[in-house]
Amino acid sequence: MTHSPQHSWAIIATFGLSLMLVVMPLPSWALAWRPEWTTLVLIYWCMALPHRVGVASGWGVGLIQDVLTGTLLGQQALSLALSAYMTLQIHRRLRIYPIYQQMLIIFFIVVISELPNLWVRGLQGHPPQNIEFIYSSVSSLILWPWIFTGLRMWRRALQIS
Amino acid sequence: MHQLFEQRASATTRIILLSIASIVLMTVDHRWHYLDRVRASLNVVIAPIRYVVSFPIATAEWLSYTLSNQQQLLEENRRLKENNFVLNVRLQRFDELQQENLRLRSLIEPAQRFPERTLLAGVMDVEMDPYLRRIVLNKGSHQGVSVGMPVLDALGVIGKTISVDVLSSVVMLVTDVDHMLPVQIKRTGHHTVTAGNGKESLNVLYLPVTTDVVVGDELVTSGIGGVFPAGYAVGVITKIQRDTGKPFAIIEAKPTALLNRSRDVLLLLPPKS
Repeated sequence: MTHSPQHSWAIIATFGLSLMLVVMPLPSWALAWRPEWTTLVLIYWCMALPHRVGVASGWGVGLIQDVLTGTLLGQQALSLALSAYMTLQIHRRLRIYPIYQQMLIIFFIVVISELPNLWVRGLQGHPPQNIEFIYSSVSSLILWPWIFTGLRMWRRALQIS
Repeated sequence: MHQLFEQRASATTRIILLSIASIVLMTVDHRWHYLDRVRASLNVVIAPIRYVVSFPIATAEWLSYTLSNQQQLLEENRRLKENNFVLNVRLQRFDELQQENLRLRSLIEPAQRFPERTLLAGVMDVEMDPYLRRIVLNKGSHQGVSVGMPVLDALGVIGKTISVDVLSSVVMLVTDVDHMLPVQIKRTGHHTVTAGNGKESLNVLYLPVTTDVVVGDELVTSGIGGVFPAGYAVGVITKIQRDTGKPFAIIEAKPTALLNRSRDVLLLLPPKS
């Protein structure tokens, strides 16, 4: 395995794309269903390349997302750093799980990483009124097989390691 | 295994440090405004993202405009001309009234009110956090936008700018929970304050249960507070609930401006002194 610190751009590009999907306009009924794009991409990279993408990268991407979506600085950063941490702890197991088991784990990681977000919203005066906050985790779970396959093809095509 | 242990320890140290950093950042960001400069510098990273996202939609609009047939354009042109004519006729009366108003005002107060300067801006097709009521405009400090400018559409008040970078700016809508707006009931002249409820309507605060207010009353900006000039339409009262056990009535109003559907908005620039 040749270690090539090149191709950092290829990882950054996937994060850039996921940030674009975060601010992509959607019809109002679909807003709550917007998957946590950045979290999914981050989980993939933490699982595939834990020595390159980790807690600090997640935090950085989260900070950019905070500015992009107007949330408090550090809010999404905390969520993403948490999901990176959880993925790093189990990345070896996650790699060998069949895809449906991965989906389940991803669902839990996304839900747990959303919790600080919900607390901060509660403290700011708009706590979640209903179960809608879980929709984004459900759509993330459904999208995981495509994200996983797509990013793996991308990684193999460019031989990022 | 030694290496593995080290790696894990460092991830744990990092998550603890970064969590503390996040909490400190959030607190500082929420309470004070020291971090506006940090936000502004991160804007350099996010400006391209915003432009790339809104580009296909802007292009589609441009294409549909360019490819629309002559008949449609003629029809639209005719309609706009008629509309313009009607508005001009109304404006004649308004101009005269404004002149008269200025004359009268100059009699009672020496400080003259200058006519407002405006700047037309487009709403960018990017979305902010769904829990916050915010929109992004395609004009920034380069075009003279600054923080705290009133934003209006043809029907009423939309909100005010809360952060500005070189080529775009973020507007907090009047329906945001953090947006307080000093208003006046047009019919009776009562002064009060509205706050957004975080969804589609406004809460009208601090009106005693005995206040003369009915459903359908119009709210206009009162000019108190200095951000919004007086007299712009804000909303129409839709619900009044008088609970005699409580000092204030629970009143809701619907904003008159098309908050989420306006394509173009007007920024009010401060008068040149």
